[in-house]
Amino acid sequence: MNKENQFKFDWMILPLFAAVAVIVLWAIVSSIHGVALPSPLKTWEASKLYILEPFAKRGELDQGILRFTWYSLVLVVKGYALALIVGTPLGFLLGVSKLFTKSLDPLIQVLRPVSPLAWLPLGLILFQKSEPAAIFTIAICAMWPTVLNTAMGVRAIPQDYLNVARVLKLSRSRTLFKILIPAALPYMFTGFRLSLGIAWLVIVAAEMLTGAPGVGGFLWQEYNSLIYEHIILCILTIGVIGFVLDRLMSMVEQRFKTA
Amino acid sequence: MAFIEIKGAGKSYGGNTVLRDINLTIERGEFVAIVGYSGAGKTTLISMLAGLVTPDTGTVKMNDLEITDPGPDRSIVFQNYSLLPWMTVYENIHLAVDQVFPNWPAERKKQETEKYIAMVKLTPARDKKPGELSGGMRQRVSVARALAIDPQVLLLDEPLSALDALTRATLQDEIERIWSENKKTVVLITNDADEGILLADRIIPLSAGPGATLGPAITIDLPRPRDRKTVNHDSRYKAIRNHVLDYLLTTGARQKTVINRKLILPDIEPEDLSTSVRGWHFGRRPVRRNEIKSESVEVSS
Ligand SMILES: Nc1ncnc2c1ncn2[C@@H]1O[C@H](COP(=O)(O)OP(=O)(O)OP(=O)(O)O)[C@@H](O)[C@H]1O
Ligand SMILES: [Mg+2]
Repeated sequence: MNKENQFKFDWMILPLFAAVAVIVLWAIVSSIHGVALPSPLKTWEASKLYILEPFAKRGELDQGILRFTWYSLVLVVKGYALALIVGTPLGFLLGVSKLFTKSLDPLIQVLRPVSPLAWLPLGLILFQKSEPAAIFTIAICAMWPTVLNTAMGVRAIPQDYLNVARVLKLSRSRTLFKILIPAALPYMFTGFRLSLGIAWLVIVAAEMLTGAPGVGGFLWQEYNSLIYEHIILCILTIGVIGFVLDRLMSMVEQRFKTA
Repeated sequence: MAFIEIKGAGKSYGGNTVLRDINLTIERGEFVAIVGYSGAGKTTLISMLAGLVTPDTGTVKMNDLEITDPGPDRSIVFQNYSLLPWMTVYENIHLAVDQVFPNWPAERKKQETEKYIAMVKLTPARDKKPGELSGGMRQRVSVARALAIDPQVLLLDEPLSALDALTRATLQDEIERIWSENKKTVVLITNDADEGILLADRIIPLSAGPGATLGPAITIDLPRPRDRKTVNHDSRYKAIRNHVLDYLLTTGARQKTVINRKLILPDIEPEDLSTSVRGWHFGRRPVRRNEIKSESVEVSS
């Protein structure tokens, strides 16, 4: 087998096999347990309209799946941007100052494992509206990998580079832009990628609780209307979009790795 | 008044005395080599001259002023590659020029940068990043960057020890040429006595650590230019060499022998920290493999 065929086998044929196997398994389980779990065929029949007209808007609660996804993405981008805007400078502070690290580290370790489901009510109380509450929740949950990786990246800057700055007597801002940021960039991008993954996880939960329009909101609404086929459609969409986002970010990350 | 004067300088790290009672005077324009064992404290010594390390005892003075901070009047070529890997050769040198001569017009900064790139014969590699250069080329860029800021002293911390013998010889010639053309004061740290004798006006052995100190300075009165092929048949050369090695061996006899292995290392790889919930503590930092330049193994002799 030559290299190209090997590649095709590893990356196309094998995953295809696995997917088919899972669908077959799904079909078997649904034939035994038909009421709760719709069969693959029924799922497709019920979802066809949403997939084939992905941007259609037939009504407030009845829109193409990518249109819903788009609403979710817009919200994610807002929350994610906030996470980066707050998280990156915070990470830098933690990276350069031992005092900051010592004082804030326990706090961060305590806040980090708090679930989005716990933050959301607080956001609703604080902001009274569902959209800012969702953005708040996404930002506060997604921020931590950016904070910690940035801090780690700054701490891992080789002393040699800092010595260069000292010998040349670079100003603080020049040291920051010419040395600290470029040196920490690979770590920062790892943080950015992980943060985006969390932001996407949080959005679904946030939409479910607030009823905001989006994939998560759609999923919850279809659950309440007992259209179980659409739940599966939503799960698959969420997974695929999450995967695509991660791929995109890791492509960007890869670019900066060798920098 | 000597140009550079170190008096009774000592340095300890957390109770371990690295250097003690260092006395050294260097005249303007002189080329001084310091040769010593690995781990003896050579980098510590040259860092004192650079102002990156302050001595616990004693003083380090240049032009009768105490050295307290690093500064561009004493430029240093670090032992490890200290070029900024995200900048090209041109940008690395330009950053230094731009920083030290902020009032020059842009055109002049550019010309000066180009001049030093040409001096180390790297014009064709002008727009390459350090990662794309060989070890020897990188050290030449480091030397060019150090010279481009027109320092009073050039401090070289084992600039050639990571290189193969052939590249090393070429770069030794280049360093000698640059020194004789620019008439800068040069302090060369080396672990190779032959290199020191070939290049320097004076060679000073640093005894083995801990608590290393400088031995007697030996003036190298061999005429220049020195040819490495013929010079080692010269009786004076042999005498100097034996003198230095004898000193190092007697002080080193107390010590364990250290075998130094150079490691060849790939570039930066950030860790994926997604699972580091418990592992994340203050002060913990991932080891970047490209920072490990060599490892030492101690064997009792
Ligand atoms: N910042 C530091 N903190 C603690 N110990 C240090 C520090 N810098 C150097 N040392 C110790 O001082 C000793 C001398 O180190 P130094 O780097 O000066 O040696 P060296 O002669 O340059 O060695 P090499 O030939 O390997 O470059 C070593 O034992 C080292 O562990
Ligand atoms: Mg050293």
